[in-house]
Amino acid sequence: MPKVIVNERGTEMNRETISSRMRPLLAGAAFSLLLVSGGMAPAFAETPADTLVQAWAIDDTITLDPAESFELSPAEFIGNAYDMLVRLDIADTTKVKGGIADSWTVSDDGLTYTFKLKPGIKFASGNPVTAEDVAWSFERVVKLDKSPAFILTQFGLTGDNVAEKAKAADENTFVFTVDKAYAPSFVLNCLTATVGAVIDKKLVMEHAEAKTPSDEYKYDTDFGYGWLKTNYAGSGPFKIRDWRANEILVLERNDNYYGEKPALARVIYRHVKESATQRLMLEAGDVDIARNLEPGDLDAVSKNADLATTSAPKGTVYYISLNQKNANLAKPEVREAFKYLVDYDAIGSTLLKGIGEIRQTYQAKGVLGALEASPYKFDVAKAKELLEKAGLKDGFSVTFDVRNTQPVTGIAESFQQTAGQAGVKIEIIPGDGKQTLTKYRARNHDMYIGQWGMDYWDPNSNGEAFTSNPDNGDDASVKTLAWRNAWDIPELTAQSKAALLERDNGKRAEMYQKLQQEALETSPFVMIFQQIEAAGLRGAVKNYKLGPSMDTNFLASVTKQ
Amino acid sequence: MAGFLVVVATTYLGLLAVTFFIGRVVPIDPVLAIVGDRAPAHVVERVRLEMGLDLPYYQQFWLYMKGVLSGDFGTSVLTTNPVMTDIRRVFPATMELASVGTIIGALIGVPLGVLAAVRRGSFTDQVVRIIGLVGYSVPIFWLGLLALLVFYARLGWVSGPGRIDVVFEYTFTPVTGFFLLDAILNRDWAAFRDIVSHIILPASLLGYFSLAYISRMTRSFMLNELGQEYIVAARAKGLSETRIIWGHALRNAAVPLVTVIALSYAGLLEGSVLTETVFAWPGLGLYITNSLQNADMNAVLGGTIVIGSVFIAINLLSDVLYRMLDPRTRSR
Repeated sequence: MPKVIVNERGTEMNRETISSRMRPLLAGAAFSLLLVSGGMAPAFAETPADTLVQAWAIDDTITLDPAESFELSPAEFIGNAYDMLVRLDIADTTKVKGGIADSWTVSDDGLTYTFKLKPGIKFASGNPVTAEDVAWSFERVVKLDKSPAFILTQFGLTGDNVAEKAKAADENTFVFTVDKAYAPSFVLNCLTATVGAVIDKKLVMEHAEAKTPSDEYKYDTDFGYGWLKTNYAGSGPFKIRDWRANEILVLERNDNYYGEKPALARVIYRHVKESATQRLMLEAGDVDIARNLEPGDLDAVSKNADLATTSAPKGTVYYISLNQKNANLAKPEVREAFKYLVDYDAIGSTLLKGIGEIRQTYQAKGVLGALEASPYKFDVAKAKELLEKAGLKDGFSVTFDVRNTQPVTGIAESFQQTAGQAGVKIEIIPGDGKQTLTKYRARNHDMYIGQWGMDYWDPNSNGEAFTSNPDNGDDASVKTLAWRNAWDIPELTAQSKAALLERDNGKRAEMYQKLQQEALETSPFVMIFQQIEAAGLRGAVKNYKLGPSMDTNFLASVTKQ
Repeated sequence: MAGFLVVVATTYLGLLAVTFFIGRVVPIDPVLAIVGDRAPAHVVERVRLEMGLDLPYYQQFWLYMKGVLSGDFGTSVLTTNPVMTDIRRVFPATMELASVGTIIGALIGVPLGVLAAVRRGSFTDQVVRIIGLVGYSVPIFWLGLLALLVFYARLGWVSGPGRIDVVFEYTFTPVTGFFLLDAILNRDWAAFRDIVSHIILPASLLGYFSLAYISRMTRSFMLNELGQEYIVAARAKGLSETRIIWGHALRNAAVPLVTVIALSYAGLLEGSVLTETVFAWPGLGLYITNSLQNADMNAVLGGTIVIGSVFIAINLLSDVLYRMLDPRTRSR
């Protein structure tokens, strides 16, 4: 910018001829700027042919350890760099297929799962993948007990029994014993989660640190926890070569991978937060893929002949929730009325264009037992009628905690306006993400607009979150989304528990559909939409396909022309 | 000297205490940044205890200070690195940008200011005023994007966001963290050109904003000096106007001007969150803001110490420059 200004100043000064000394001085300044800025840069950069460069907000990556990682961007890294016993079948996401496991059987009593591993496969380090590695990976997760550990411990694993319940029968056979006869689909689905990644025991233990056992931590090793936070010990198609928080992450082809080797030598993720910046970099060819494009930028990219877009629905749903501690919001008629006060069509066609799809049930499309129903339409008269029935003919006032990011701010404002038409006065309290979330988790809100991503690809994940609340007390040990909104539902809790034990997949799916139907009618959750992940691509990028979850955004097949 | 050390120590203690307690009353649960929203309740509780968040504030502060005094600034939960390791990484990025920005700002701002003062009320003066006004009032976020659009996307004169192209990722090894310097030390001229081409746009932008301020201040200092009697005396002696302006008036105006430039430099060293966001520049501003939003207090406090040090160092530096520029202060 200053370059231009100085040039203009320079010419003007020549006209004015103030001082003969001034001219060379200013000209010098202008010249030095020109020298450094102009002419030096390559006109348009291109990324190396064997490297895929992506611009993505990766600041949610705080660890690369599969036993601890539970956020979005690291799930993609782990999904590409590690392998699990079983993987989600992308062709039919209600099923799983073998990962490290070649085959598996479930005992008749439904308690014992026996996995036969693919023979002769190796970790990126060159160490062989054995059943002992699988058993140790399970043990490590359970004993470290970080955020995602419950996905495994919910099968009755504890630090004391894990060595017995998850063990190697021989070099190629891993046996997993669960505490109840769960639906096999549930058990297998959970094992596809990143927490189920199989880790190179030998490599990690070389870097483990000794610990002094105490009451809080009973083990004499850290299981390589300190090391694996920033390092890699897996067997996936790529290996993680480098990670600098909030800056860059580099994946590199794993030549020891047993399956089809990736076409590209390298995938580089650059941390770029701004949508507009990402778009400029994509247009200029400095990145091959832009991952956080907002609707406006996405639209522009889709109209550019050199670029393309791709998208896939993800397992994240967005909802407005009504705290049942608020006497007005606790009335069934009010809960229903609010579902009529969302202008679904307008929100869907503007705010969510390309990034979301209106969805009124809480299970994401593609999950076993997901209910396809959207009975609610924007209907002020109907809502007014319901409010009158609730004894709130003249409406009422209520606060609404909204974090200041799009599209939630826009949705909240739209709802504020449409609810106003029925006399409901909504006061939006804007806040930063973690701030509103802290308030929500403490049940101090009236209304909240939230998003919920599945913990693992199984209907129980959202089923439990939205329609289970074992203890509605303030100091409950299980705090589901139903708990956060003080929705006391002993009957639905029992139903969602029962669905876990239904071994017939068809019947299990029906049970989840019933739970969703019930929630659709009575819950304090006004479901708004399911997220669609969209990306902008350079024309040269081929075979790039987003998966249904972050850990299934597979990159091995991607090529560049 | 002892007095100075006491002042510095008190400044740090005050800074840390205020930042620490603000951090603790901010309604954000620090545990959330570590365990995420979906962790079971017992994990949340355990991490809370591990972080010592159940202790009274004064005890937490005492524990933190004990660590700091033994050189341990704690670990950032967002990056998993020791805070000082992070800062050694992000601060050079900011400092490099701020330094280039300030050099641009001063090299252009001072002559513009002088010009405006000499030609007071003229068309030139008005133009300089408008340049300054735009610099003050246009949001840097918008101007940054616009500059990227024009110079990077349309004209292709400069490289895009980031500090260096990915092609240098494995050939260029930073030693000092100041990439320009590193490239010179490595004699890696291809990298040097690339780094210059990356830094020039955000630095010019920051330079423009400090230029706005520096040119206004220069103008007013110069006007003050040009009205002094010694200028009349110099003119009476028949000195050339050039000599009077550059050799006498500016020489005297330079003393307060040093403070202005130093302060504007210190401001840039804090890191500009918006510039760093638009240009994907991994600097201090972004680091501290991101940490604050996640109540990652070790990182915020570490950043505060750095900013505190910058202000103290710059104050010292401008004191020294004062002494060099103004003989009257030397005897004191």
